[in-house]
Amino acid sequence: MKLRARAETLLWGAQRASAAVLAVCVLAHLATILYAVRGGLTAAEILSRTRGSFALAFFYGLFVLAVAVHAPVGLRAILRETFGWRGVPLDLGTAAFAGFLVWFGWRAVAGLFA
Amino acid sequence: MADTIDARIWRGGADGRFETFSVPRRASQTVLDVVTYIQRKLDPTLSYRFACRVGMCGSCAMTVNGKPRWTCRTHVARLEDGPLTVEPLRNLPRIKDLAADMAPFFDKWAKAGGRFVPSTDAEADFAIVEPASAERRAADAGIECIGCAVCYSACDLVSWNPDYLGPAALNRAWTLVNDVRDAGNADRLDAVAGDAGCHACHSQQSCREHCPKSLNPTASIAGLKRATLRAAWKGGP
Ligand code: SF4
Ligand code: SF4
Ligand code: FES
Repeated sequence: MKLRARAETLLWGAQRASAAVLAVCVLAHLATILYAVRGGLTAAEILSRTRGSFALAFFYGLFVLAVAVHAPVGLRAILRETFGWRGVPLDLGTAAFAGFLVWFGWRAVAGLFA
Repeated sequence: MADTIDARIWRGGADGRFETFSVPRRASQTVLDVVTYIQRKLDPTLSYRFACRVGMCGSCAMTVNGKPRWTCRTHVARLEDGPLTVEPLRNLPRIKDLAADMAPFFDKWAKAGGRFVPSTDAEADFAIVEPASAERRAADAGIECIGCAVCYSACDLVSWNPDYLGPAALNRAWTLVNDVRDAGNADRLDAVAGDAGCHACHSQQSCREHCPKSLNPTASIAGLKRATLRAAWKGGP
């Protein structure tokens, strides 16, 4: 397959795969919240449970990664379709957006863990 | 029911206007019958396209009451009440009156790798294709396309992205992807990938809803998505 066609196809595949991960993550996230706040919850209580939890760091780290793949690929498609943007600026712009999501997402996860 | 039909017919090219004709109502009358009556009896300058009149050639499609339809098999009595409005197909340049320019539509069939690429020379014996094989059944599901461009006209993505190959061309490509005698898949999968191809499709099935042959181009496009992903993953076709 030619490079361009291959890249477009793999991006599409990555978006599909990240959607599947997100579906699981969102459900697990909601279920955890509903369970955890039954009797009310303070920030201190949350942090006492999340600090040092590798399971939490792994789960939310993965969640952030799935978002950072899924959203920029979708945004790229929407920008192309709605505004006719194409080419390198669009690719760089949406890649930067992916970087932004990973950076701030993982920073938040680190804040809960450390 | 009134014994005449008020037919609002598009006249002119892109910047034309509607003209209303009064046409006698008949039993089992099709929209193409109405248009033909106008051209034969009321205004011989009316331009439109048809050939077979029995739903085989795909040349008579027009926008009827806002929806793309094959006019030779659309009965006036089964349409919604009120005046009958007939325009050329959407998403294609208007040539004159009811005739749309089909060139961009068929150019995209070629662009999508819609040509059969033989894998053997003419000397070779007949290829044997098992009717029950998965490939043959997948090709069968899309093969009855009559090239009417109704789906192309119904697809919003074509109006947003003029480069989008469209449901019919992609459906054609999918039938060839499944043709075991064909040797053109490497180029074909390149051609149908990406922003102008199968990966842009929203899968909302307007094409399927309107296709007069009850084909499902969305399913063919989904097949192309799988086939391109397989090829991209492996790195080859
Ligand atoms: S399903 Fe895809 S090809 Fe069919 S009308 Fe929608 S966008 Fe167009
Ligand atoms: S897929 Fe259906 S609507 Fe589209 S060109 Fe073929 S027959 Fe016409
Ligand atoms: S005239 Fe041939 S399909 Fe309608």
